[in-house]
Amino acid sequence: MAFAASNPVMPTALKILIAGGFGVGKTTMVGSVSEVPPLETEERMTVASVGLDSLAGIENKSATTVAMDFGRITIAPELVLYLFGTPGQHRFWFMWDDLALGALGAVVLADTRRLEQCFASVDYFEKRGTPFAVGINCFHGKREWTTEQVRKALDLGPDTPVMLCDARDRESSKKVLLALLDVARAHALARTASIPGV
Amino acid sequence: MPDRQWSDAEGVGHHVRPYAITGGRTRHSEHSFALITLVVTRSPDGFGGESVEPEAAAILDICRDRAVAIAEIAAELDLPVSVVKVLCGDLLNSELILVQAPPKESDAPSVELIERVMDGIRRL
Repeated sequence: MAFAASNPVMPTALKILIAGGFGVGKTTMVGSVSEVPPLETEERMTVASVGLDSLAGIENKSATTVAMDFGRITIAPELVLYLFGTPGQHRFWFMWDDLALGALGAVVLADTRRLEQCFASVDYFEKRGTPFAVGINCFHGKREWTTEQVRKALDLGPDTPVMLCDARDRESSKKVLLALLDVARAHALARTASIPGV
Repeated sequence: MPDRQWSDAEGVGHHVRPYAITGGRTRHSEHSFALITLVVTRSPDGFGGESVEPEAAAILDICRDRAVAIAEIAAELDLPVSVVKVLCGDLLNSELILVQAPPKESDAPSVELIERVMDGIRRL
């Protein structure tokens, strides 16, 4: 068997998900921190029956393929982080388990003009116990809602960061990612503390 | 061999050829890969006399200089992820590549690992 578990040149790959509704800026956020322009790939779905949502006219295509955008950050020669923009619609839920498997956590990008579009992502990550942070993308320059209003509307606990961001701006995207990783770190600390005898 | 090319009349188009590359297989019978499973070509030059299909040869080329994720290979070759997984399964059986699976779900990330990622992001 050619698996390279002990090969020193093989890095470890990790991932963070960037979730949220259609057109909320997921690819933009990936691109703002990635060392390569966002790449796109698609996976063919073999599930025949999927839920339809309001995006009329694209059912034929999206019922058979799901497109994903992603980028890469080389943290160290032996540690590579991938950022995946997730397909946000209901109909793609069946593939999220593969996408979410082993993720350090997720950023849920929200657009206050269409806040309901991120409900599904928030639900999913809460149920799965995946660490996440909510970024309110203010790319349209309007801050009609406060972070506290969004927190209330999404029914989020005090431990989930909610912050304003500009997905085009690297420093702004870094802040959201670091807020998410703070949550992931707290989860990891809690796990360590709960192991008896450690 | 099941002929899946014609099983989905509406979904044909550019999907016909990718699955023709895999002989109609949509998944590998022995190996499973994640989107971020990393692939490295074992032999830095040539295929050791073995003949491989053009798409497989392209994968060996892409993964020669660094470890490349399955998703990256798929993007680079403009092939569906599942096709790349099948091709990589064959290359693994032929011992032409090394692969590194990502940490398992049960291997929850350590505080130290998360802090290393945080440091890396701060440095961007």
